[in-house]
Amino acid sequence: MPAFIPETEGEAADVVRAALSDNLSIEITGTGSKRGWGRLVAAEVDLKLSALKGIECYEPEELVLTAKAGTAMSEIEQTIAEKDQILAFEPPDFGPLYGFAPGAGTLGGIIACNLSGPARIRSGAARDHVLGLDAIGGRGEIFHSGGRVVKNVTGFDLSKVMTGSFGTLGVLTSITVRALPRPEKLRTVLIFGLDWTRAGEAMTAALQSPHDINGAAHLPGGAAALSAAGYVAGAGGPVTALRIEGPGPSAAARCAALRTLLATFGETEELHGHNSRILWREVRDVAALLPDAARCLWRLSVPPASGAAVTEALIAATGGAAFLDWGGGLIWLAVAPGLDASAGAVRAAIAECGGHATLMRAPDGLRAQVPVFQPEDAITEQLAARLKTVFDPSGIFNPGRMSEGR
Amino acid sequence: MQLPEPDPDILSRREEIIAGLSALFPPERVSEHVIHDTASMRVFECDGLSAYRQLPLVVVLPATTEQVSQVLSFCHDGGIKVVARGAGTSLSGGALPLADAVVLGLGKFNRILEIDYANRCVVAEAGVANLAVTDAVAPDGFFYGPDPSSQVACSLGGNIAENSGGVHCLKYGLTTNNVLGLKMVLIDGRVVQIGGRHLDAGGYDLLGVITGSEGLLGVITEVTLRILPLPEDIMALLLGFPSVVAAGDCVAAIIGAGVIPAGMEMMDRPAIHATEEFVSAGYPLDAEALLIVELDGPAVEVEYLVKRVQDLARGAGADYTRISQNDEERERFWAGRKNAFPAIGRISPDYYCMDGTIPRARLAEVLTRISELSAQYGLSVANVFHAGDGNLHPLILYDANAPGELEKAEEFGAEILRLCVRVGGVLTGEHGVGVEKRDLMGEMFSEIDLEQQQRIKCAFDPDQLLNPGKVFPVLHRCVELGRAHVHGGKIPFSHLPRL
Repeated sequence: MPAFIPETEGEAADVVRAALSDNLSIEITGTGSKRGWGRLVAAEVDLKLSALKGIECYEPEELVLTAKAGTAMSEIEQTIAEKDQILAFEPPDFGPLYGFAPGAGTLGGIIACNLSGPARIRSGAARDHVLGLDAIGGRGEIFHSGGRVVKNVTGFDLSKVMTGSFGTLGVLTSITVRALPRPEKLRTVLIFGLDWTRAGEAMTAALQSPHDINGAAHLPGGAAALSAAGYVAGAGGPVTALRIEGPGPSAAARCAALRTLLATFGETEELHGHNSRILWREVRDVAALLPDAARCLWRLSVPPASGAAVTEALIAATGGAAFLDWGGGLIWLAVAPGLDASAGAVRAAIAECGGHATLMRAPDGLRAQVPVFQPEDAITEQLAARLKTVFDPSGIFNPGRMSEGR
Repeated sequence: MQLPEPDPDILSRREEIIAGLSALFPPERVSEHVIHDTASMRVFECDGLSAYRQLPLVVVLPATTEQVSQVLSFCHDGGIKVVARGAGTSLSGGALPLADAVVLGLGKFNRILEIDYANRCVVAEAGVANLAVTDAVAPDGFFYGPDPSSQVACSLGGNIAENSGGVHCLKYGLTTNNVLGLKMVLIDGRVVQIGGRHLDAGGYDLLGVITGSEGLLGVITEVTLRILPLPEDIMALLLGFPSVVAAGDCVAAIIGAGVIPAGMEMMDRPAIHATEEFVSAGYPLDAEALLIVELDGPAVEVEYLVKRVQDLARGAGADYTRISQNDEERERFWAGRKNAFPAIGRISPDYYCMDGTIPRARLAEVLTRISELSAQYGLSVANVFHAGDGNLHPLILYDANAPGELEKAEEFGAEILRLCVRVGGVLTGEHGVGVEKRDLMGEMFSEIDLEQQQRIKCAFDPDQLLNPGKVFPVLHRCVELGRAHVHGGKIPFSHLPRL
């Protein structure tokens, strides 16, 4: 497969136009660190955006950054860290799930997959932090959406539909995201020894409290034992973690109040900055807590109050391992590949409680057989198919990545 | 501003259309659901942008999703245009009727269906007023984030259509950041449920694109909204400055220090005087600019941040500082700001409210230019704005009865919006494009950008029957937009780096 590595947006658009006129389909990648996610793409041209990189504009006082799609996330995070700023949606680093070294991901990849971390529950998803973008459409033309300001309702929000479209609607070339101040202090309240049900209840109680929780995860004993955070690994059983960030006095007072609130659930402990950072990075990036690379990996987004029960049932049905993030709303489930990566059980669980499940990692053969993304109802499916057709009439972008035909 | 030419064929079929719509409802209740006499239709002839008025063809007020589906299906089959309407509080003419279109009002969709504290969400019908959600959950310690100033009246469906903001969206986000799901009827009558009580979409983010689509993609009948625990404590600071530049510096200093207040509002001298006269909020009348900074959260944090903001304000040259001692005083600080529009309405026969957003750093420059334009056009301006996110609401004072003044105000307003775009901002921060800013879209977007947006319209409503004449200056036919470009010759790959 011929590969092109454009260095400018114009060159990338030339590749698209040339592919259009030759009737060739294109696989779009950054560094390829998440190529193992989604259905297999059989394309004739490889468009690599890894050289379309660089921060174009960073204005810390405006809380805004624009970078080319191929810019490494590590570069962006380091640049804004120098001004004590962060990407509040906490983009995960999923490269290691697919055998890549940490830090391989690009901004384009994060946005194309709409990836956010534990802070999703409070700060929103990647799509909530995209202010604008430039992209190459299915006619080879460069279009622009949104702007560089947070408050903007001018016209249809193309940035939203491009975010999370896995490169099937166009080629992202430049993206503007919000940067936000880094909270002064980070603390985590741990509760030890809760079963799934009690853990679900504890997380719900914490998230219903006014203590402003921005991370709520539950690790069963097996996952907790793998953590590099001492208190977590040494617990000798399940650990439920609740994250608190903010100005020093506030973080301390809220931790104390939260521990009082949750005292009836069990013994609590407090993690400070360093260990907290380790733990939440593990929760965010998954690989350390579910390390068996031979297993298939599912990611389920469900109504948070259903998370614990669904997880327990799925573990029983599949013999898999799991942990919870997003206060119960996000289930990570690792299962043996088997015949269908337990797709039947997972889809049945979603049908019952609502939400969606994505097969994040599976051998190529399985990804060709099992629908990777949540099958949609007929009307939604038709709307999505029509969007694909109007955006990419020749069907050249990442054909088949999300479902048959798109 | 011109609306699309009414279709004479539709106008001539009016009686038949009224009969057809009437047949969709139980005979004894038709008069509740189908309104067609001129006097009764009068209340629907405009929305919050009352400079534009137009009587609709007929008004339909269905009460169930099924009835909405039947109405849309009927209109779809008959090639009849439809304008959906919530509470009619749009400030951009989003719900302005068309002479040849049915107005579909959602006023009867007024029930909160479910409050789900375990999943921290509320399911409600689209006609429920924004504030009713917070009112319903506040006794149990929760609230709904987006709080547009019209929140007593504006409907949730309208909030989604316009992606409404409010004074607290600096911290809590716009509607788009707070909607989990919706039920929507497509123009062909089919009902689709998008999202639910979980986070994010499995496939394309249809929720994200429907939010803010100004009634052009479908009719929303039900919404699922995220609710948040009420903050433990709320305090506000009232800060007076000798110049707008100093107030702007203070805003920059607060954000620069890593503090994101719940709300941060600015008013200039004319706005301070008009509002003080109206509600006696206790504003300092010698200040050139006033900031209201509201902080909420855990009590310790609020106390800590109030002190911090106070120090930053002093550093930026604030010569007046008051900190709310209780909720009543805090609400008094807000009373002026929240009543700014009616207050201006008292001192001027008419006013025209703009809604551009600019990068915060360009504030002083933009305000200076606005006052120059004000002198040039001979029309006064009072400025109130959401300083934290750079969303300006210049209120242009004019008299519609004075010949030519409305046109002058509109031209002045357009000039302000062009200025916003020129400094790196946008045409509208929260009011929407509607008919008002439709013809200015070209200032911000190229023809290619606009075509790409309209392709979304084609995916949802290929016959373009929903709310035509809004948002887009030129509505291309979908056949035209669907076409792939034909390429004459091959573009050589040779100059590109190749593996």
